Amino acid sequence: MSSAGPSLAVDLDGVVFPTPVLAASGCFGSGREMSELVDLRRVGGIVTKSVTLGPTKGLATPRMVETESGMLNAIGLQNPGVEEFLNKEGPFISSAGTPVLISVAGKSVEEYAQVTMRVRDVPGVVALEANISCPNVERRNQVFACHPDQAYQVMATMTRLSPLPVFAKLTADVTDIVEVAEACMRAGAHGLSLINTLLGMAIDVENFRPRLSASTGGLSGPAIRPVAVRCVYQVARALPGVPIIGIGGITEAAHAIEFLVAGAWAVQVGTANFFNPEVTIQIADAIGAFLRRKGLASVADLREQLKTPDRVQEPAYRSG
Amino acid sequence: MIRTRCEVLSNRRSGAYWSVTLVAPEIAEQAKPGQFVQIGVPERRDFLLRRPFSIHQASRRGGWAGILEIVFDVVGPGTAWLAGIRPHDTLDVIGPIGRSFHVPRELSKCLLVGGGYGAAPLYFLAEELRSRNKVVHMVIGARSHERVFKPIEGKRLADTLSITTEDGTMGERGMITDVLPNLIETTGSQVVYACGPNRMLRAIAEYCRDQGLPCQVAVEELMACGLGVCWTCVVPVIGLDGRGWWNVRTCVEGPVFNGARIWWERWLGEHPEAIRPPDGLAAVGEPERVEVWPG
Repeated sequence: MSSAGPSLAVDLDGVVFPTPVLAASGCFGSGREMSELVDLRRVGGIVTKSVTLGPTKGLATPRMVETESGMLNAIGLQNPGVEEFLNKEGPFISSAGTPVLISVAGKSVEEYAQVTMRVRDVPGVVALEANISCPNVERRNQVFACHPDQAYQVMATMTRLSPLPVFAKLTADVTDIVEVAEACMRAGAHGLSLINTLLGMAIDVENFRPRLSASTGGLSGPAIRPVAVRCVYQVARALPGVPIIGIGGITEAAHAIEFLVAGAWAVQVGTANFFNPEVTIQIADAIGAFLRRKGLASVADLREQLKTPDRVQEPAYRSG
Repeated sequence: MIRTRCEVLSNRRSGAYWSVTLVAPEIAEQAKPGQFVQIGVPERRDFLLRRPFSIHQASRRGGWAGILEIVFDVVGPGTAWLAGIRPHDTLDVIGPIGRSFHVPRELSKCLLVGGGYGAAPLYFLAEELRSRNKVVHMVIGARSHERVFKPIEGKRLADTLSITTEDGTMGERGMITDVLPNLIETTGSQVVYACGPNRMLRAIAEYCRDQGLPCQVAVEELMACGLGVCWTCVVPVIGLDGRGWWNVRTCVEGPVFNGARIWWERWLGEHPEAIRPPDGLAAVGEPERVEVWPG
């Protein structure tokens, strides 16, 4: 890394990352699993796999199917529960050498509260990410981020209990993501992580069966990137000044820059870690080179660069 | 586990299968039988994920030192691409990954059971067992003769070799599981190692469990990362006390498991969610290496 070049550090209203390229939840473990292959100190930050209050066994296999330029997954939030998570991962997180966000999931507002109280003072953790948008839950009405009022309740509870900033991770599977984003910010969220996987389905036509045991699952990878960039763009325009972390189908620097220009303050890379464990580092380095080439001083400057036509229309459903 | 770019030495047909050799000295040095590698696919295609391949051979000594060999069947876009790879091309390889077959301390008579190209890692295991002065019996099964993987190599490596084909074009007509009980008895085998289709592994593991015979199986499950982070490739494994169970990753906690501890009905049964957990199902065999997280 060049010390003379533009700074790659980003400051999300007090939450600082050494680079704008973080590893997304569920795609990097807690970093421990990847440490054999990746110099974690050069990763912009790590969002842990979501943790719930008790042990969660998750769904039956097949849990994964590759689709065109993406993949569907239906894990069902498998994790050992917050106590075992802290025993096993806590010491590692404290010495990971990069900022860590703990991803919190639950079936009820009460469960989010319980987990928040247990993870709020782990050394090395800079923020929490509320996973209120995992599609692989028993009932669709458990996706809190599909309902502004339910999203509000989770976020208000977590932000009241946590001394750490809380980011809300939202889904694009809603009529109006801005409405959900506004509810989360009213509830005291520090910022927003946009977006989680999109609910999808694949069917094996030879035997007429869904390819996932859960029938439906979350679509990730390059296939969803345009949807994610659109969400970041819409929310950034509607809620200026709100720290947004862009997520969805990033595999190379140009993709990350697309999000940063659309209005994101940082990005997370998910699926690409599976096939390129060093992808977050490579993208951060390439963003540095891009800034130099464009004569920009910082990552934040990218947010000022978007040139949209003056007569751009809001999508019809926003303008009524 | 390391990530390295490897030069392709050769890509040959082996009956119905493809066999690719790679120059991968660091991985070959560490590799143990039962472990696998993850091969990255080219960028800018509409399939993204690495493809896992069990290690057929890893040469640590002699003129072929540093060579790694994998064997596969063309089953989708990834393997179709790999089948077209040529000498001097380079591949992005991560390995060796996973837990290997365990060589028993006391028991000496081993039966190696391979279905289709699942036989591939068993040749590596056979060499390892022979070097530890074990008796190696082998049985290979396939749909037809061109899918019997390297029978001549098997004859060279094993003390006895049996072959079954479903169409009777080589060896005995039928399935491996038809000949297994008799084979175990006549060879006096004390431990069974198996690799092949999951349903075959289930039949073998359940038979061995009922006979009180230690059995290790190398399983396959759809895998996004192979690095332990995606949690897609799990199999349900019964706790050490024979009661609780947990979904365990085949990539880093497998792919080799004690066959008696896999809860096969939940994994491969028709109605996995409807059945009740096993109670007091005794785990068989040595050693108990699979750590089962709570549950």
